[in-house]
Amino acid sequence: MDKLVIAGRQFDSRLLVGTGKFASNQAMVAAMEHSGSEIVTVALRRVDIDNPEDSLLSHIDTDRYLLLPNTSGARDAEEAIRLARLARAAGCEPWVKLEVTPDPYYLLPDPIETLKAAEILVKEGFIVLPYMPADPVLARHLEEVGTATVMPLGAPIGTNKGVRTRDHIAIIIEQANIPVIVDAGLGAPSHAAEAMEMGADAVLVNTALADTPNPAGMAQAFRKGVEAGREAFLAGLGAQRDQAEASSPLTGFLRGD
Amino acid sequence: MQLTINGQKKEFSTPITVQQLLTQLGLSAERVVVELNRNILTAEKHPETELKSGDSIELVQFVGGG
Repeated sequence: MDKLVIAGRQFDSRLLVGTGKFASNQAMVAAMEHSGSEIVTVALRRVDIDNPEDSLLSHIDTDRYLLLPNTSGARDAEEAIRLARLARAAGCEPWVKLEVTPDPYYLLPDPIETLKAAEILVKEGFIVLPYMPADPVLARHLEEVGTATVMPLGAPIGTNKGVRTRDHIAIIIEQANIPVIVDAGLGAPSHAAEAMEMGADAVLVNTALADTPNPAGMAQAFRKGVEAGREAFLAGLGAQRDQAEASSPLTGFLRGD
Repeated sequence: MQLTINGQKKEFSTPITVQQLLTQLGLSAERVVVELNRNILTAEKHPETELKSGDSIELVQFVGGG
């Protein structure tokens, strides 16, 4: 079987899903199940001490899913490192989706602070999956400091616009020796299929599943999109041409003498 | 005794340990991570750690996120 391997660990599914913004925990769980995913992201936030809610973890089967805590909300390396350490102290395996987004409007990742935090977290024994701009040079730097993957963005978080950074992601895929996971901005199964056809190792989606009347149905559609894209990549896409290339024979036409 | 919990100032009339504080707030140590004055406090230290006036406590938990 064609497995996804991250930091020596094997996964059958190449679709990672986020757990944010679902209308209910039931909808979230249904989406997770139908996605076939084995890795789900979670965030860390302050408890509302005046109104404590039931824990997210009571809804997630942690024997079935690997929890991937993110450092969302971090504006610099220091805040990201603090969140990663807290997540590990919560009893999680030391996996972290490193996310440093100082800009509140586009939520674009800060390349300098991301690299700085990645280097420190790798030294502390974390398995670091960094959310990053689709910058091939940065991808190389992150690989050099020992991140387990790179996760270039297709489009800004939650925009559902698809693989807008296509040409740079293609270069990242060509150069990387670690898995490339296209994260953020994928809004349709066709977007996920496109990333996988290009040779991405996996994709991560959240908003596209949460922001639909039928998260379970959409999760299943994304699962198929990811599988179709992967199979197409493995089969090998035909070459693109500018001129037509007939698929039917150019002889034996019923015309002339 | 004044404590800052998740950025809010709270008054306590009697000494209190971290474990007692969590119980009072209805929180389980399995679900919440505690930071005391910016240092992570592991669960086994909750019963023995007495809080002092001026301490700053962060109580965090997992929520949905992408």
